[in-house]
Amino acid sequence: MADVHPSIAVPAGRAGAGHLRLPIGRIALYIVLVALALVFVMPVYVMIVNSLKPLDEIRTGNLMSLPHEWTVAPWLSAWSTAQIGVQPTGLRPFFINSFLLVIPAVAISTLIGALNGYILTQFKFRGANLMFGAMLLTVFIPFQIVLIPMAKTLGLLGLAGTIKGLILVNVVYGIGFTTLFFRNYYAAFPGELVRSARMDGAGFFGVLTKILLPNSAPIIVVTVIWQFTNIWNEFLFGASFSDFSSYPLTVALNNLVNSSTGVKEYNVHFAGAFIAALPTLVVYLVSGKYFVRGLMAGSVKG
Amino acid sequence: MKAGLLPKLLFSPSVLLVLICVYGYIGLTVFLSFTDSTMMPSFEVAGGAAYRRLMNLDNWWVSVRNLGIFASLYVLVAMSLGLALAILIDQRIRAETLLRSIFLYPMALSFIVTGTGWKWLLDPGVGLERSMHLLGWESFSFSWIKDSEMAIYCVVIAAVWQTSGFVMAMFLAGLRGVDTEQVNAAKVDGARTWQIYLKVIVPQLGAVFVSAFVILAHTAIKSYDLVIALTNGGPGRSTWLPSVFMYQYSFTRNEMAVGAASSVLMLAAIAVIVVPYVLSEMRKVKHG
Repeated sequence: MADVHPSIAVPAGRAGAGHLRLPIGRIALYIVLVALALVFVMPVYVMIVNSLKPLDEIRTGNLMSLPHEWTVAPWLSAWSTAQIGVQPTGLRPFFINSFLLVIPAVAISTLIGALNGYILTQFKFRGANLMFGAMLLTVFIPFQIVLIPMAKTLGLLGLAGTIKGLILVNVVYGIGFTTLFFRNYYAAFPGELVRSARMDGAGFFGVLTKILLPNSAPIIVVTVIWQFTNIWNEFLFGASFSDFSSYPLTVALNNLVNSSTGVKEYNVHFAGAFIAALPTLVVYLVSGKYFVRGLMAGSVKG
Repeated sequence: MKAGLLPKLLFSPSVLLVLICVYGYIGLTVFLSFTDSTMMPSFEVAGGAAYRRLMNLDNWWVSVRNLGIFASLYVLVAMSLGLALAILIDQRIRAETLLRSIFLYPMALSFIVTGTGWKWLLDPGVGLERSMHLLGWESFSFSWIKDSEMAIYCVVIAAVWQTSGFVMAMFLAGLRGVDTEQVNAAKVDGARTWQIYLKVIVPQLGAVFVSAFVILAHTAIKSYDLVIALTNGGPGRSTWLPSVFMYQYSFTRNEMAVGAASSVLMLAAIAVIVVPYVLSEMRKVKHG
């Protein structure tokens, strides 16, 4: 990733070489675009470069320059020995927590979304639209409005401070999005396919598992990526409903950075931030197309 | 097909969850805001006492004022930058995919990560200011994050960085759907590129402007993570937002009724923006 700089400079260079008599406007366009791209890349470049420097070099040197002395010590420290709160555990246990939270929460909320989307589009019943509208609005609510009752509920259920509790919360407040995704996808699904399957005797689950789901790969990918990104990056529920043993990674990272007393280990903070960013960045790099589709589907509601 | 028992039965858990955990809890929080709850929820009704107290709290008005500055600048800048990026990208450029990916990747990050990165970048002791000094620009000064008057603008910078690529993607989708006949007609008439954008293309993007506004404005009101990671509300309370206020009063200052009241006002602010939008979108779907 450290060679991001040269690689994004390429388009301008190539354009210049290809069309020698480029109009001024064209050149200006590329200069502006590349400059903006550099600004957008800069924070993550700074994070990576400085996570590979000894602390002394950050204190005495330039944040923008490459390390003189390359070291992975900050990464090792962020991963396994850095202080989170009062314990020198590093981020590793919380990285695991986040996966233990994200995998079931994504799977369950996606399944519920598929089921709801199927029911809302293939069956007619009173109140269906009203219910869908009610679910849709949950996508917008500020979660502060449910924090206090939810804290009490988790306490009553014996789920306060547990990963199970966080799974429950993230599923409940994720249903709006997943239902929206699948409903819109199935609304555009060819009706003849469903009807002919029914004539061939397929029941409720037959239609879902034999006709709809096998043709749902794109929307499943979009939903899984969307939910994964959202829940992995979630902070408010994690900060409100978990304790030291069940912190998700975002909460642990914030503790690492904001509660450190004494010497501020910038390099360790940057390494930690990058560790927290890595899973969603990898998903973005591998399947950016589906990520964008999720964003678009989530933004053009209704 | 008319629904039998099975579909209704399988749909009902979701309905119940949403009715209880969203609408039921909203009702409960509204109720709590009219009680004398302190550390624990109380069911002793105290009328509008919590709201009166809220209106007399300096911390609340600091938060509201900050939200006003943050939300208006954030929406304005992210929208302008997003539109500008979309128009630049739309010029049949080389490496379009790469550039789009670069502008959009911050959306994949957690606000905690963004906050951590920008926290040290904006810190005069290690970040931009010192880097400029070391490069020989001795008089360069950028210490907003340490200045209680200016720190809120740092939150704007980081938030704009994170989301303007998203706005770009929305506008880009809109630009690609613009009626090409009108554009070609304008070209034939000899209109210049910027005139075509100003008079023909941008006026067709009304729906995108509305969607982008709703999304950005409601994100601004909900913003919490970014402030916590970037400034933790400081220096002092100078970057508190209503979301920070709510958390502080509900869970650390033992004034739950006041915290509940503040979240009710946050919900009301979002409802004013979102409800008309969702209703009109649903009406469009019905008639469209």
